[in-house]
Amino acid sequence: MAEIDSATANGFAIRAECVSRWFQLGEARIRAIDEVTLSVRRGEFMGLLGSSGSGKSTLLNLMAGLDQPTSGSIIAGGRNLAELSSRELARYRNQTMGMIFQAFNLLPRMTLEENVELPLRLAEVDRGERAARVREAIERVHLEKRLAHRPGELSGGEQQRAAIARALVNRPTLLYADEPTGNLDSNTGEEILNLLREINQTLGTTIVMVTHERAFAERFAGRIAYLKDGKLAAT
Amino acid sequence: MKIRDLTELAARNLREAQLRNSLTTLGIGVGIASLVAMLSLGVGLQRLATQRLERSGLFNAIFVRPKSDLRHFGGPPKQTPPEKHAELDLKARQAMSHLANVITVYPQIRFLTEVRYDGNSYPTSVAGIPETDQNSGAFEDMQGRFFSGPNVDEAILQIGFAQRLSNKPESLVGKQIAVRYAKREPLPAAGGKNGSGSSATAQNGVGAGFSVVLQETRLKIVGIVKTDPEGFGGFGRGQLFVPLQVAEQLHATQITDLRQVLRGPNPEPTYGVLTVRVTSPTKVPAVEAAIRKMGFETFSLLDTTRNLRLFFTVFDLLLGIFGGLALVVATLGIVNTLVMAILERRREIGVLKALGAADRDIRQLFFSEAAVMGLVGGIFGTGLGWAIGRALTFGTDIYLQRRNLPAVDISFVPWWLALGAVVFAVAVSLAAGIYPATRAARLNPVEALKYE
Repeated sequence: MAEIDSATANGFAIRAECVSRWFQLGEARIRAIDEVTLSVRRGEFMGLLGSSGSGKSTLLNLMAGLDQPTSGSIIAGGRNLAELSSRELARYRNQTMGMIFQAFNLLPRMTLEENVELPLRLAEVDRGERAARVREAIERVHLEKRLAHRPGELSGGEQQRAAIARALVNRPTLLYADEPTGNLDSNTGEEILNLLREINQTLGTTIVMVTHERAFAERFAGRIAYLKDGKLAAT
Repeated sequence: MKIRDLTELAARNLREAQLRNSLTTLGIGVGIASLVAMLSLGVGLQRLATQRLERSGLFNAIFVRPKSDLRHFGGPPKQTPPEKHAELDLKARQAMSHLANVITVYPQIRFLTEVRYDGNSYPTSVAGIPETDQNSGAFEDMQGRFFSGPNVDEAILQIGFAQRLSNKPESLVGKQIAVRYAKREPLPAAGGKNGSGSSATAQNGVGAGFSVVLQETRLKIVGIVKTDPEGFGGFGRGQLFVPLQVAEQLHATQITDLRQVLRGPNPEPTYGVLTVRVTSPTKVPAVEAAIRKMGFETFSLLDTTRNLRLFFTVFDLLLGIFGGLALVVATLGIVNTLVMAILERRREIGVLKALGAADRDIRQLFFSEAAVMGLVGGIFGTGLGWAIGRALTFGTDIYLQRRNLPAVDISFVPWWLALGAVVFAVAVSLAAGIYPATRAARLNPVEALKYE
């Protein structure tokens, strides 16, 4: 616990300590992440850069508590994610962090407003408060006029902005972005990254962004960690 | 998640895959409908049988007679140790009427008469009818009306007898008839005529008795009834009914009078058979036991009802099993639909987990969807089952009408069956949802998010 406390005291939002993640594929054991130690400071905008298959998304999933490391530990908010119960882990995903994806992952049957409201439903926030929080999040991404539209009626950029609003609606301290510009043209991608930088600067939200686009990472991230074959190559 | 949110999300998900979910819900509905229709038939037939039997007044009646009666109810007399003989007299009648749950105690009065109408005479038998019989089913579909009071000179005719009097029995209502009967009169005071007999009477009762005198009384016909409401446990079927009090006051000679003569002079009148009406068939055993303690023999049809109920319980069970088979098929439909939904919504489950849905939330969401399908299917099925029951009743009634038989309600959906069917539909749907919901909850979010 002393180490954990020091991690928090030292101003880390999240820390991976000697984390490994292996996958068994038939006889072969694949080391997707191999003894990676990485700290992300609070309020930092970190880029996780690497080629396809380098293990960057696996590391992000481990940090987001969507996957469990084979060894090592992920410390977030002073607690080892591996030691959390499935309910505590769900609460961590719901309240401490937000996540956006390359494929946006909005629920196609819901309107933009309902998609953004979803984390609040899961958090059992009162209905009266929800409307205000949803409006606030949607205004931040400038989609006020698209409230009643379904994802299929929105452009790629709008969908990603909606996903950002959904990720922010519970006011998390951490935002994970998995290739957020991967499905967008360069202009729209830039818009999204500008939005993320604005969120990082105005709200102080720690952002960890996985990308394979070096130029974007260098332009927007405050610090970059390079992953190669599951190992941390440089920061 | 809160229940309202769960329900909203479940309803939304169900609306999206409308055709598949509608078909599954319809499957549950048909399953429940077959169950409800079968059980409503069982309940309806039981109700019909019980009502008919209860209306007959036989199931809340206890027939009481003295122990040493020459006639025996059902089977040979039992060997009983010698004991003091209890008289079935006015005192006993009053004692019985004071027992708990006893409505009324009355004697069975039946005697032979000759009815004079329109210049002809018709031999028949008269029966005294207590006022309480007014509510029994026998008078429900009568022509005319019941007696206007307990002590009026009015008569109700049994339809068979009425047809003997007139080709148009209904025209008899309001007409007067003369009834001739054998009146029992006390012997004239002893003196001179039979001195030796008189002294013997004073000593041991020998020579006591009564004389029989022909009497005539006039009665107004007020109604015509199909069956004899008191036609059990008495002395043959009555065809002409008069208020019990009127029958008592006529002092007509009855078969039991001969027995009374044998017993010698007795200031207390005794009865051959008393009918004890109790508040409900369930109270019969206790009252029967109390009367037996008083030293009388009793008889009731309770054992018959018990067997009837047993029969209907087994009947309902069999109908339920047949109805339930359709529900088993419907249950498999729910499992199939929900398992398909998991495959289809894999990515959605992954997203929900990434957004912070706990395993419990996912499980509850699938359970809610199963419950909503069960609820809607249950309500629809109950309605459909009721409609099937109605249709069966309708068809049966047409069949009965063609055979000049009265219409009957063969199916009945009591509130407990309707409510039970809906609750059962939800319970079965939830049970069917256990496997899919658990499987959905255990889905690995990373795998689920990769799913295209």
